[in-house]
Amino acid sequence: MISIDVIQETAEKLMAQAAIEIPDDYLTGLKQAADAEDGDLSSFVLQAMLENYEAAKEDRRAMCGDTGCPRWYVKLGNDARIEGGPVALEEALRRATANATQNVPLRPNRVHPLWRTDHDNNVGIGAPEIEYGFEPGGDWIDLTTVHKGGLFGTDYRMLFPSDGIEGIKRFYLDSLVAFGKRGLACQPAIIGIGLGGSKDTCMVLGKRAACLRTVGDRNPDPKIAALEEEFKELGNSIGMGAMGFVGNSMVIDCHIEVGYCHTGGMQMSVHAFCLSSRRAVARVHGDGRVEHRTDPEWFTPFQRRETVGWQMPENSKKSA
Amino acid sequence: MADAGKFKKVRLSTEPTPEALADLKLGDVVYLDGTVYTAREGAYMRALQDGAPLPMTLPLESGANFHCSPAASIAEDGTIAIGAVTATASFRFSKWIGEWLALSGAKLILGKGGMTSADYKRHFVPHGAIYLTTVGYGTGALLGRGITRVKDVHWRKELGLAQAMWVLEVSNFGPFIVESDMNGDSLFERENKKIAAGLAKVYEGTRPAVLKRFGETDDRSDEMI
Ligand code: SF4
Repeated sequence: MISIDVIQETAEKLMAQAAIEIPDDYLTGLKQAADAEDGDLSSFVLQAMLENYEAAKEDRRAMCGDTGCPRWYVKLGNDARIEGGPVALEEALRRATANATQNVPLRPNRVHPLWRTDHDNNVGIGAPEIEYGFEPGGDWIDLTTVHKGGLFGTDYRMLFPSDGIEGIKRFYLDSLVAFGKRGLACQPAIIGIGLGGSKDTCMVLGKRAACLRTVGDRNPDPKIAALEEEFKELGNSIGMGAMGFVGNSMVIDCHIEVGYCHTGGMQMSVHAFCLSSRRAVARVHGDGRVEHRTDPEWFTPFQRRETVGWQMPENSKKSA
Repeated sequence: MADAGKFKKVRLSTEPTPEALADLKLGDVVYLDGTVYTAREGAYMRALQDGAPLPMTLPLESGANFHCSPAASIAEDGTIAIGAVTATASFRFSKWIGEWLALSGAKLILGKGGMTSADYKRHFVPHGAIYLTTVGYGTGALLGRGITRVKDVHWRKELGLAQAMWVLEVSNFGPFIVESDMNGDSLFERENKKIAAGLAKVYEGTRPAVLKRFGETDDRSDEMI
């Protein structure tokens, strides 16, 4: 049985960690981009960002004043049992979100879409989002919080098989150029692309590709992995850098996730995980142990399975 | 890496003289001293559309309007904790900015992403105001360090924490980059022009979608704002 108190305590820590500490993988990627940047204004911006991450850590204050929309990705091992069940779990995550909003502090971003009612705690109807995944085996729960920022940098389009890779490239570039101007996307970003699924799952895939995979990670399909590399380079050759100034740092990494779709369509979504690529992960075990890590390890072979049933491949047992 | 340190750095008062503003060039880096206040759509609508009297004396108390909602909380005993501050995108406020500059006498608009040079020429230049953009835009922690005191929070009940008018005493508050000058020119537009020249080449080997959407433009030097 996994203790609900440990879950809430861990969730509160993760909320603060996500808001304050830039994940190492993104930081390393940004440092590389800063080294390669040849635009002077863009360089100045990247340098300021690197100083900003330091300031945030030193002062224990949020790295960005817009602390985004906190959300939760929850993954359960097949043997996990949570004290109080899923209702208690959701309450613990909502409470952790509210408490962290007061204590870090975070910006109370969440309001009612029409009445603009603000509970000043980032909790409300459907907020924070809580999404679930499962893995075979294991008595543990993975808690990942993502504080996604950015009203800009995301788009969806229904493409068709005849659009082909050329059409995918066009929409990818269009999204970067449109939202990269004036730096509305707060680039350089981790770009996530969702391909296929249905309109809603295509958006979900793209967002998860941006937020739940670490910089440097590649899709296990070698052809998709090659596309990821190509798209990263293509994005960085637009001539645009940080804040939309002349430069070459748009994309820290590009991640593509696919889902089977209708035979006539090829849905595509593009998401930008901004300069404040905030995520934090921990695994809480049934015996009370808590392990923190940076990689959400969301996209396991099980998540990407194509078959009806599931037989754990020998070489991926570690994911459970 | 390019020379990130070559830009002129200026300390500027939040009630700058016209001469100090005239000295600023597009791309200069600015740090502010004095008092800034936040005001965005909530405050604009309340002041300009509902005609509510301003809760502070402007521009006497401050000539610097920050498009921002801080990451801050107010405890039950009234203690204010302010962490990071980051600007919000300003182009959305373009419809109010002329009237606001007239009413508030602001000389500095601080925000994210600037407005169009058409806005600057029409609204900013006649009021002797310029636009300073925040950097990054995620430099919220650096900006947070520049806040020495929260002087006041106005319209908190009426507008909520995020839209309230926060009055902040600041010192060495920055960095900001000069985005518009006294001529109404825009740094972003200058950069966009340079980038647009190379776009056709980047798009080689791509193809427009077979299914078009309303309102599409193929002129990539167009802006989306
Ligand atoms: S997009 Fe990201 S870096 Fe930019 S203001 Fe929002 S949270 Fe901050």
